[in-house]
Amino acid sequence: MEIPAQLEEEIDQRITHYPVSKRSAVLPVLHLLQHHFRYLDQEAIDWTAAKLELEPINVLEVVTFYPGFRQTAPGKYHIRVCRTLSCAMAGAYETMEKICELAEIDRSAVSHHNPIAVSKDGKFSIEFAECLASCGSGPVVMVEDDFHENIDTGAARDLLSKYD
Amino acid sequence: MAEASTDDNLVNVQIDGRWMKFPRGTRMIEACRQAEIDVPHYCYHPKLTSPGNCRMCLVEMGMPPRLAPGQEPELDEDGHQPIGWMPRPVIACANTVADGMGIRTQSTLAQECRKGVMEFLLINHPLDCPICDQAGECSLQEFSVEHGNGQSRFLDQKVKKPKNVKVGPRVRLDDERCIMCSRCIRFSREIADDDCLGFTDRGSHTVLTVNPGKELAHNYSLNTVDICPVGALTSEDFRFQMRVWFLKETDSICTSCGRGCNTVIGTREDKVYRQTPRENNEVNSTWMCDRGRLDFHYLTSESRLTDPMIKDGDTHRASDWTEAIRRAGEGLLKYKGDSLAIIASGRMSNEELFMIRRLAEALETKTIDIVPRSGEADQFLVAEDENPNTNGAIEVLKVRKPGSKLANIRRKIEDGTIKAVLVFGENLIKAGFEESLLKKLKFLCSSHILANPTAQLSDVVLPGTAAAEKRGSMINVTGRLQRLNQAAQPPGNAMQDWEILRELNQSVSASDEFEMLEDVFATLSTKVASFRGLTLGKIGAAGIPLIETEETIPLLEKERARVAAGQIVG
Amino acid sequence: MAKPKYIEGKEPHPREHRMIFRNVDRKGWSADIKCYLKDGGYEMAKKALAMEPAEITNEVKASGLRGRGGAGFPTGVKWGFIPPNNTKPVYLICNADESEPGTFKDRYILHQDPHQLIEGMIISCYAVGAKLAYIYIREEFPEAAKIVEEAIREAHENKFLGKNVLGTDFELEIYVHRGAGAYICGEETGLIESLEGKRPYPRIKPPYFPAALGLYMCPTIVNNVESLCHVKHVIEMGGEAYGKLGTPRNTGTRILCVSGDVNRPGYYEVQVGKVTMGEVIDELCGGLKKGRKLKAVIPGGSSSKVLRADEKFTIKQGDEEKEIGLLDIPMDFDTMAACGSMAGSGGVIIMDDSRDMTWVLNNLNEFYAHESCGQCTPCREGSLWMKKITARLVRGGGLPEDVKTLQSVADNIEGKTICAFGEACSWPTQSFLNKFGDEFKKATKRSNVKKPTNPEAEIAAKGLVQK
Repeated sequence: MEIPAQLEEEIDQRITHYPVSKRSAVLPVLHLLQHHFRYLDQEAIDWTAAKLELEPINVLEVVTFYPGFRQTAPGKYHIRVCRTLSCAMAGAYETMEKICELAEIDRSAVSHHNPIAVSKDGKFSIEFAECLASCGSGPVVMVEDDFHENIDTGAARDLLSKYD
Repeated sequence: MAEASTDDNLVNVQIDGRWMKFPRGTRMIEACRQAEIDVPHYCYHPKLTSPGNCRMCLVEMGMPPRLAPGQEPELDEDGHQPIGWMPRPVIACANTVADGMGIRTQSTLAQECRKGVMEFLLINHPLDCPICDQAGECSLQEFSVEHGNGQSRFLDQKVKKPKNVKVGPRVRLDDERCIMCSRCIRFSREIADDDCLGFTDRGSHTVLTVNPGKELAHNYSLNTVDICPVGALTSEDFRFQMRVWFLKETDSICTSCGRGCNTVIGTREDKVYRQTPRENNEVNSTWMCDRGRLDFHYLTSESRLTDPMIKDGDTHRASDWTEAIRRAGEGLLKYKGDSLAIIASGRMSNEELFMIRRLAEALETKTIDIVPRSGEADQFLVAEDENPNTNGAIEVLKVRKPGSKLANIRRKIEDGTIKAVLVFGENLIKAGFEESLLKKLKFLCSSHILANPTAQLSDVVLPGTAAAEKRGSMINVTGRLQRLNQAAQPPGNAMQDWEILRELNQSVSASDEFEMLEDVFATLSTKVASFRGLTLGKIGAAGIPLIETEETIPLLEKERARVAAGQIVG
Repeated sequence: MAKPKYIEGKEPHPREHRMIFRNVDRKGWSADIKCYLKDGGYEMAKKALAMEPAEITNEVKASGLRGRGGAGFPTGVKWGFIPPNNTKPVYLICNADESEPGTFKDRYILHQDPHQLIEGMIISCYAVGAKLAYIYIREEFPEAAKIVEEAIREAHENKFLGKNVLGTDFELEIYVHRGAGAYICGEETGLIESLEGKRPYPRIKPPYFPAALGLYMCPTIVNNVESLCHVKHVIEMGGEAYGKLGTPRNTGTRILCVSGDVNRPGYYEVQVGKVTMGEVIDELCGGLKKGRKLKAVIPGGSSSKVLRADEKFTIKQGDEEKEIGLLDIPMDFDTMAACGSMAGSGGVIIMDDSRDMTWVLNNLNEFYAHESCGQCTPCREGSLWMKKITARLVRGGGLPEDVKTLQSVADNIEGKTICAFGEACSWPTQSFLNKFGDEFKKATKRSNVKKPTNPEAEIAAKGLVQK
């Protein structure tokens, strides 16, 4: 696993934000690695453990707890659709179906252990997320770090077209 | 006012209607235990920190009302303030008692809590009892009888998890049975200093895991099997071997090193199936190392000696005890005095060592030693001295510096001064005696459990008994006198070592002392100052401190520090 | 300070009292410090640093400010829990993990007015003696994290942070810490465990009250984003004057986040208790959708108990008892609690008569089952069990005993867990069954009773098991 010098510098910088305990830097280090490599594999976990002087199990415990950390490769653009009450009431499940239809994503194999589905051409991947804290403007969708509101089935096509 | 904190250290607590006093800072669950009330629990363990996650120990709790400034307390006829019972139950494992507190362990609320937790634990449980090793000593089974339901209300699909995972060389894991109490994780982190276990995933899908490439492999891994309340962690060595309710349990001690960890030996029909640690807070707490724990398979080894052997020409033939003892006695008498060396073992009991001393006196031999054996001590329980009774050899056999005479003995064999050797329980080839050297002897008599090169060279071989097959006492490296108890019969015609020595003594000196082991101990206690006034009975199940040593026990030191810091109960 | 003008279409409703949200949707407003300073920002930090820390805490106590994260605990009282003879470092954590379904207010403070938060934190840290503070921002606010970090950098440049804040010997470092997608990190001890780099398992209390044994086992104050902003205004107006806003014991303003079946869902900052539920729905939010009738309201985030549209409540007014309806309930803490629910995080979810309550509860149960951390038995097993039952009810596989089982499971979780997630996941089930029990009963069919199956039996039945 090649960590570019600049990435390692960023990581080292982040670690200084936790003067009391290096272990506290686990989350930001994993975020930086995931941002660069798109997902976290066992190498990244072991690397992070070594970097922060932890046991690999300590990092594995954390990676597997949070849905924000992926252990499988997403598509080029990762989509998250909120499924909690207000967005569901506004039509989030229909929005999910529509996006999958348009982007040709097959979610039939999705399960608790396999929440992310990738499109045939690898351009998009998608999963449900829990309340994204914008309940008044649902259905709410995130594509990578971009935040989109009021994405009903009609708005799905426009949304996808923003990403090439 | 009730005789409250006049002693500032004691508080009044009402448990199930009875008022009692406890030291300030006592955990509620410990107070109940002292009141002989068992509060059911899974995750709590007095030697580990308390996360309070199983929720099985929820009890009803109450406190006297807070008095307004200037308000006089209302007192009942016993002088106690009335208890305001709280609608919300509290866990008994992590909360401490306070003055005037009330605890109800059998109220409707407490019972409801237990029923609830019991039900929750079983809805995703695979109910493997027919194939699960834990059956018979399983907390789920035990508490289910009292607090469970005969029928399940769960009609949906159970959560599936990895089953039959090899988490280490000696431990097998079934994640479906795991109730996520975290005892194993806490043990590995807090006691064994090996942070190798953890929980992955979350919620109902939480799974006990080791990191890929790592293992639960430390020398104390099998303690996690002991403390696992269910059959999630099982011993590779013991799984599927024997149902625990068939095991006869004998209190004894481990003899694989000088620590003398207290054990329970589980046998059925004279076969040892497993050893587990027995609590002794002066020796091993509630733990023992894997190596000592599994060190019993040699008892059923194929090279186990079962009959006395006499050398005829180049080969050995099986004999009977009468002939063997006669032959041995003849040989020893012929070379008694300075021509004879006796090499005993630091693995012999005090009683056996005393018998050696008697025999040596009868044979007027002063050339006596044992074979020292040392390994590497660890940070926990393993002692550097691998002999379990070096102190016994020093105290009872009067071997002042174990091993110091061996070089001299070798020299004297070489130059022909020593013509005969009696060796008990040691393979001299491994102790630095060359085969050619031993061949120079005119007479070699040895007693062993297993066949070995020294037996091969011996004129008379006397089959003895292993530690698990005898009664007696030993002194560990910290100077504690502890008892062995007989868990199994020796195989074939093997004889108790002390009895072999009695027969030999009778053969060479016509003395007819000692009918029973107690008689040996009685005489021993008059001849060894530190044993004065003792009997085997007085030693007790936990042993007694006998002699002062400089030895400390790293694991106990750490445990005491944690107790002092209030992290664990101890 | 100039009177703010707002972006067209996003003007506050006349019944609002914009204090915390004064700068949200403000025309010509930007999140940078220049804009904030021009508007009179950081004056209160200067004022506070000239006061004694104890004075600040007293003002906050006098103001009656109650936490805006969901529990509504008096902020000044919380600050006072730090042990008096403490010698360990004190930490302050801003809980910006906003994850309670129905809630969307902290988002706007972080994105649009980060300096208000920083100023509130400077004052609060000074009051409690913290030199190191963290802002725990949920992972799904990546933009906010960048904006707040930039604001912190600006504050440093202007000597509002760092060593010698504003030339005094008060020093303060604030760092942003991003979460990774777990609702349980909103629980203060779960947050602390997460900040320590561990799995966010909440701690047992006693003994781990954060004010005594918090971050790194040192005294720690965890406050919600909005609460910390209120502190600034308390210092500005003085505690007594602040206490005159809102209603007695329910002082100040709060931001209501309304979503669901209304015409104008969104955020509305009102004086606590000065607006009723009916006024929220009809005036602030422009009423229900055409042709629809109100059926149910979740008044304070999904963890709060649901209220029926036709419910009547008996409350005390002075010495008298009065009967009121749902629409009459003032949006405060105490009356809402007296009506059997809670003000919580201010997430108001309106449901009209098109909504199937089994579907609604199932949606929430899925949320809780997913978010349960799994540490303690009742919540870990019970939350997923409740979801499995309501999923079956929605699918049409409901059995007659399901309703009773569901009730009993929820009852076995409430009050038996390590943290308030136990209540959060059981109250929805309890209240929906209590208020809409008939709908749930209707979703069960005696004809659904059949032999329970498991995957192994199904495989065997297909003849796939070798003899």
